[in-house]
Amino acid sequence: MASFDKKSLVSKLDAVNEYEREPVPESKLKGWKSFIGTYAGEHTAGTEFVLGPLFVAHGVAASDLFLGLLIGNLLAVLSWAYLTAKISIKKRVTLYYQLEKIGGKNFALGYNLVNAGLFCFLAGSMIAVSATAVGIPFDLPMPTLNDIYPNSIGWVITVLVVGTITTLVAMFGFDQVARFANLAAPWMIMIFIAAAIAVLPQLGVTSLADFWPVAESKIWNGVPLEGQSKFTFWHVTFFAWFCNMAMHIGMADMSLLRYAKKWQYGFASSAGMILGHYIAWVASGILYALFLQQSANSTEFAPGPVAYNAAGIAGALCVIIAGWTTANPTLYRAGLAIQAINAKWKTWKVTLVVGLVTTIAAMFPALVMKLLEFVALYGLILMPAGAVIFADVYFLPRLGLQEEYAERAGIRFNTAAAATWILTLLICLWLNLSFGIEIFFVGLPGWFIAVVLYVIVSKVVQRRPAQITSL
Amino acid sequence: MKSRVLMILSFIFLAMTIVPAFLVFAQVMSMSQNKTLMFIGTVGWFVTAPFWMKK
Repeated sequence: MASFDKKSLVSKLDAVNEYEREPVPESKLKGWKSFIGTYAGEHTAGTEFVLGPLFVAHGVAASDLFLGLLIGNLLAVLSWAYLTAKISIKKRVTLYYQLEKIGGKNFALGYNLVNAGLFCFLAGSMIAVSATAVGIPFDLPMPTLNDIYPNSIGWVITVLVVGTITTLVAMFGFDQVARFANLAAPWMIMIFIAAAIAVLPQLGVTSLADFWPVAESKIWNGVPLEGQSKFTFWHVTFFAWFCNMAMHIGMADMSLLRYAKKWQYGFASSAGMILGHYIAWVASGILYALFLQQSANSTEFAPGPVAYNAAGIAGALCVIIAGWTTANPTLYRAGLAIQAINAKWKTWKVTLVVGLVTTIAAMFPALVMKLLEFVALYGLILMPAGAVIFADVYFLPRLGLQEEYAERAGIRFNTAAAATWILTLLICLWLNLSFGIEIFFVGLPGWFIAVVLYVIVSKVVQRRPAQITSL
Repeated sequence: MKSRVLMILSFIFLAMTIVPAFLVFAQVMSMSQNKTLMFIGTVGWFVTAPFWMKK
């Protein structure tokens, strides 16, 4: 899943100050290589240590996993290329600025705040992941799949220590972490692959021909663990497609792809999907299957000991670094988003408060155990903003309506954008509660609903006379 | 020249994190040897790569 870190981090954060309120000039556009590197680094993160095993826990069958990941990741890459990249090179501005033009300053502020809150929870889950590895030498009782609350005082202290260090670094030494994350990216993917390959004989795979029968019977055997719901091909496909919904359909990666020379550079996202959302998920699933085999299906769920068992100290370090390098920039960006409320607030003070909230959240293992659901929710909540941008760019001008209405009308709050966001989420909630459409799937109808809603409400809002400025 | 040597060393260390895993799979190396080599490769990568890796 996407984190906000690794190779792209420096450029992304630079982007906050660089061409924040103007299109990227031709001379600053970047080539293929930088996008391939950015996506490959971004999508091999701490979350991968959790998501792969959760598919195993939810009883995904081997064929469903491999086919679902193939199709879901393909759809994600197509979304990046045909939706995000096309609009990015057309506008060449950040998501935040584009939202401000469409929805007004107050709407963009609301988006920032919601985004910051979601960042906090994501960072919290990664702090917890790191804590599972930090706790190994202390023989810390690890949380289990069904845990919601902290299970021991030792867990609370470990999370507190990891959270405090993460917060302090985010406050004072952020650039170094960004460089370190960049450095760790190629090593991390090697550890993922190596750990999985080395444990295959313990699962009974001693030749390539053995892999598929073992995969079907011992790794992804199609039987969910106790207390876990059953995941099908459709869950895997939609999760792989929508786990980065905020980035592609939700348009957050406009901030990155606005530097692309051509829209086809959106296909560079395939590097991240292949390495992070295919190889790393499969690898971490294999490691977890071995843990289950050795622990007689224990419900303990701790990426640290699982990686340590497979790859020794290098494995434990990988979990700590993956969790930490994902949590750190996410925390920093949450601080920046909240700082948008009042530019006079000191960044380090905001980050300190955000870090405190995040650390408290990290103490609750539910954040890790429900990461699949949280990631799906995260994408769903931010998706309507992308649908609004899509409709604004492609449909409003063709229907004789004003695009970028807030900027042209000189308003701080475009009711059409806000109503679309809120109504879409309410309808999605209704679809979930009334028809039982799971959170993993509801984003698809939700996007169409958001596009239609935005066009309709814009028609109503723009009927009222407003002072339109020609740009 | 110096950075080129460091780069080659880095990739050797990076290879040390993954090649032994294939040897374990082929059952010509033990798991504990693999873990040791992975650790050495890890330390070597983080010591040498910062000298040549761009920001």
